Amino acid sequence: MAFYVVQFLTGLASAASLFLVASGLSIIFGVTRIVNFAHGAFYMIGAYIAFTLTERLSGAFGFWGSIVLAALAVALIGVLVEMVLLRRIYHAPELFQLLATFGLTLMVEDLVVLIWGPDDLVGRRAPGFKGAVDFFGQNIPSYDLFLIVLGPVVLGVLWLLFQRTRWGVLVRAATQDRDMVAALGVNQKWLFTSVFAVGVFLAALGGALQIPRDAVHHAMDLRIIVEVFVVVVIGGLGSIVGAFVAAVLVSELNAFGILIFPKISIILVFLVMAVVLIVRPWGLFGKPEAAARKTPGLTVNPWRPLTSNERLASLAALVVAAMLPLFAGNYALTVGSEIAIFVIFAVSLHFLMSVGGLASFGHAAYFGLGAYGVAFLAKMAGLPMIVCLLLGPLLGCMGAAVFGFFAVQLSGVYFAMLTLAFAQIVWSIAFQWVSVTGGDNGILGVWPSSWAASPSHFYWLALGVAALVTIALRAMVFSPFGYALRSTRDSLLRSEAIGINAKRIQWTAFVIAGTTAGIGGALFAYLKGSVFPDNLGISLSVDALVMVLLGGVETVSGAVIGAIVYKALNIWLVSQTDLSKLVLGGFIVLIVVVFPKGIVGMLEMLAQRRRKSSPPGSPLLAKPIESAE
Amino acid sequence: MKLTVEGLNSHYGPAHILFDIGFEVGQGEVVALLGRNGAGKSTTFRSIVGLVAQRTGRIMFEGKDVSAKPTHEIVREGLGYVPEERRIFTDLTVEENLEVGKQPKRPNAPYWTREKLFALFPNLGEMKNRPGGRMSGGEQQMLTIARTLMGNPSLVLLDEPSEGLSPKIVEQMVDAILTMKKEGVSIVVSEQNLHFARLISDRAYIIERGRICFGGTMAELDARPDIRDAHLSL
Repeated sequence: MAFYVVQFLTGLASAASLFLVASGLSIIFGVTRIVNFAHGAFYMIGAYIAFTLTERLSGAFGFWGSIVLAALAVALIGVLVEMVLLRRIYHAPELFQLLATFGLTLMVEDLVVLIWGPDDLVGRRAPGFKGAVDFFGQNIPSYDLFLIVLGPVVLGVLWLLFQRTRWGVLVRAATQDRDMVAALGVNQKWLFTSVFAVGVFLAALGGALQIPRDAVHHAMDLRIIVEVFVVVVIGGLGSIVGAFVAAVLVSELNAFGILIFPKISIILVFLVMAVVLIVRPWGLFGKPEAAARKTPGLTVNPWRPLTSNERLASLAALVVAAMLPLFAGNYALTVGSEIAIFVIFAVSLHFLMSVGGLASFGHAAYFGLGAYGVAFLAKMAGLPMIVCLLLGPLLGCMGAAVFGFFAVQLSGVYFAMLTLAFAQIVWSIAFQWVSVTGGDNGILGVWPSSWAASPSHFYWLALGVAALVTIALRAMVFSPFGYALRSTRDSLLRSEAIGINAKRIQWTAFVIAGTTAGIGGALFAYLKGSVFPDNLGISLSVDALVMVLLGGVETVSGAVIGAIVYKALNIWLVSQTDLSKLVLGGFIVLIVVVFPKGIVGMLEMLAQRRRKSSPPGSPLLAKPIESAE
Repeated sequence: MKLTVEGLNSHYGPAHILFDIGFEVGQGEVVALLGRNGAGKSTTFRSIVGLVAQRTGRIMFEGKDVSAKPTHEIVREGLGYVPEERRIFTDLTVEENLEVGKQPKRPNAPYWTREKLFALFPNLGEMKNRPGGRMSGGEQQMLTIARTLMGNPSLVLLDEPSEGLSPKIVEQMVDAILTMKKEGVSIVVSEQNLHFARLISDRAYIIERGRICFGGTMAELDARPDIRDAHLSL
C-alpha cells in the first residue's frame, strides 16, 4: 500500500512542473490565440540558465535566487521574441504560427548545444530539501514534497492575479474579444507582450525547478511539449484550472502506467486523451470554440486544371528528370530517389492540408507505418519486393483510418495537436516495443529485389511512382470528391447544408493522404535498406509541413517543387554545417514571416500581376475577411 | 466641430463598402445616422474607430487628425464606441466589464463613476456580480453603454441602441441618452427607427448603399417626405 501512495506522491511532484508549463501555454493561447510550440524551448532554456546560475551563486539564497532569476531572464527573452516575431504573425493562419514557433524551437536546440555542450548536466540539489522523508519504509525525496505544495500555491497565485487585479480582468476580457478591448482604449500590444512574458516565465520556472530532479539536456523541450499538448488538450486550452487537473491526471497516469504497461506506458495517457477528445472535444474545462479560420492559406485563389501547354511543360520536366541516370553518378541517383520519395510524402500532406484544410502535425506516422509495413512483410513473411510494395502501405492506410476517424472530429489547432499526439503514440510503440520493431535499433536488411537494385532502376521506380501519385491526387482535386472536400474546407456549415457528409469526406481524405504517405514510406524502406523509429518522428512530420509551405499552401501542386527544393537544400546543408537545426529553424521562421505564399504561390502571383496590370493589392497578411456591416 | 469625417472610403477585402462618407458633429450635439439594414452605418462607425483595416479619408476629432492612429489611441482621445452587437464580456461580471472600460479623467468631458452609472441604469446596480452572459438583451445594452462611458468620452458613437429592445427598455434608453447629452457628451447614434431618432437627435444624416444622401436638421428631414420614404423603411 505504502508503495502505491509513494508512487502517487511522485506523480503529484511531476505534475508541478508540467502544470507550470501547461498553464503558461494556456494563458498565452487564451489571449493571443497562438499555440506556442516554442514553450518547451523556453522551459529548456530556463533549466539551462538556472543550472549555470546555481553553479555560480552559492548558498540557499543563491540557489532559490538563481531559480527565480533564470525564469525572469527567460521571460525577458520571451518579450523580445514576442515583439520581434509574434507581432508579425498574430493575423496569420494558425498553421503559420505553429510552424514559426516550431522553427524557433529548432534554433534553440542548436543554440543550447552551442552554449552548454551536448552532454547531460546534473544540477545541484536544493538547499534544505536534500534528504528524503520516510513513509512506512518507503523514501520520498523532500524536494518532491516541496513541489507537491508548490503546484497548488502557484494555482492560487494565478487565480488571484486573474480575478483580483485590473491586469487579470483585462486579460480575461481580451481572451474573449480582443477587438472590443482595444475599442475600450486598452493597448493590446502591451497586453499581449505582458501575457506572453507571464506565460514564458511560468515555463522557465517549470524548467528551472526541474534541475534538482532531472539532468538538463538538449532534448527536454520536445519531451515536455508533447506532454504539455496532451495536458492542455485534456484540460481545455485557455483554462488554468483545466491545466492543473489535467497535469495531475497525466502525471498520475504516467506514474501508474509504468506499473501496468511497463513497455509502452505512454499509451495509457494517449488513450485517455483520445477518450476525452471524443466526449468533450474542447477539453474537460475548456469551452467550445466558434468555428475559426479554416483555410490554411492566406487568401484563396480559384484553382484550375493545367492548360495543355502547362501539361506539356510538366511532361517535359518529367522526361528531363527521367534522363538523370544518363549523366549522373550513383550518389546523385540515390539523392534523386530520396527526393522523389519525399515528393510523394509532401504531395500526400499537401492533399490533406491544402485541399482538405486539415493541417496534420503528425503525418510522418503514416509514412513510417508504410515503411514498417514493408519491413514486417519482407523480413518476417519473406515476401518479394513487388508484393511488399503493394501491401506495405496498407499499414499506413489502417493507421490513418483509425487515427483519422478521431482526428477529423476536431479542427484547427486541436486537429494539429491530436495528429501530433497520435504520431507520438506510433513513435513510442516503435521505440519501446523492442521485440517486434527492434526499438531504437530498427529493422535492418530490407533490400530491393534484383530488378530494382541498381540505383538507376530504383530511381526510375521512385520517379514513376511519384509522378503517378502526383497526377492521381491532382486529378482527385478536380473530381467531384475534390470539390466536396474543398467545400468542407471553405465552409463546413454550408457544405453540410447542401448535403455533404463532411466528416466522412474528411476522413476519406485523411485515409487517402495516409495511404499515399505509406507508399512513400514503403519505397523509403527499400531505399535505405532499413527502418527506424525516426521514420515516424516529429521532425519528419515537420519536414513535410515545411515542404508544403515552401511550395505554397494555396497552390494545387506546389508541394512537388517544395519537396524538391527543400530536400535538396537539406541534404546539402547537413553536409555543410553541424548547425543544421539552427539554419533550418531560421529558414522556417523566415518563410513564415516574409515569404508565406511559398515558391509556387509567388510565381503564380507574379504571373497573375503580369496578366492584368492592376494588382489586387491585398496585403500578404491581411486580416481575415470580416463580414460586411 | 467636435468630429469631422471627410472622404471616408472603406473596403472589406475586394468589396468597396463606403464611398466618400462625410459628416460633422458639433459640441454637445446629438446627430442621427439613419439608414436601412446594410446601408453602411456600422461600417462607418467601425471605420472611424479604426476597426476596419482598409479605409482611407480624414477623421478629425477635436481638431486632431486621428485617421492614422490605432483603435486604442483613437478611443483614448475621448472618442467612445458602443458596438451594435453589444459585445459584452460574457465571462466577466458587470463590475468587471466596467473595469475594462475604465480610463483616466479627462478635462473636457464629464467624469463617470460606477455610482453615477448605476444611478443612470438602476438595473445594473442590482446585479453588480452577475456575469455578462446571464443578462437580458436590454441589460446588456445598458451595460455596453455604461462600459463605454467608464472611459469618460467626450463623444460617443452609439450603434443602433434600440435594436431588439422592448418598448419599455427603449424609453429608458431615450432617457439615458438625453441624460448623457445634458452632461455634455456629444453623440452620434445610428438608427433604422426614425421615431426613436426623432426623440433624441438635433440633426440627421441618411446613408444609403455606402453614400450619404441627405444631411440636415430633423425639421428639414420632415419637410422632405420623398427622401424619407425613398431611403428609410418605416
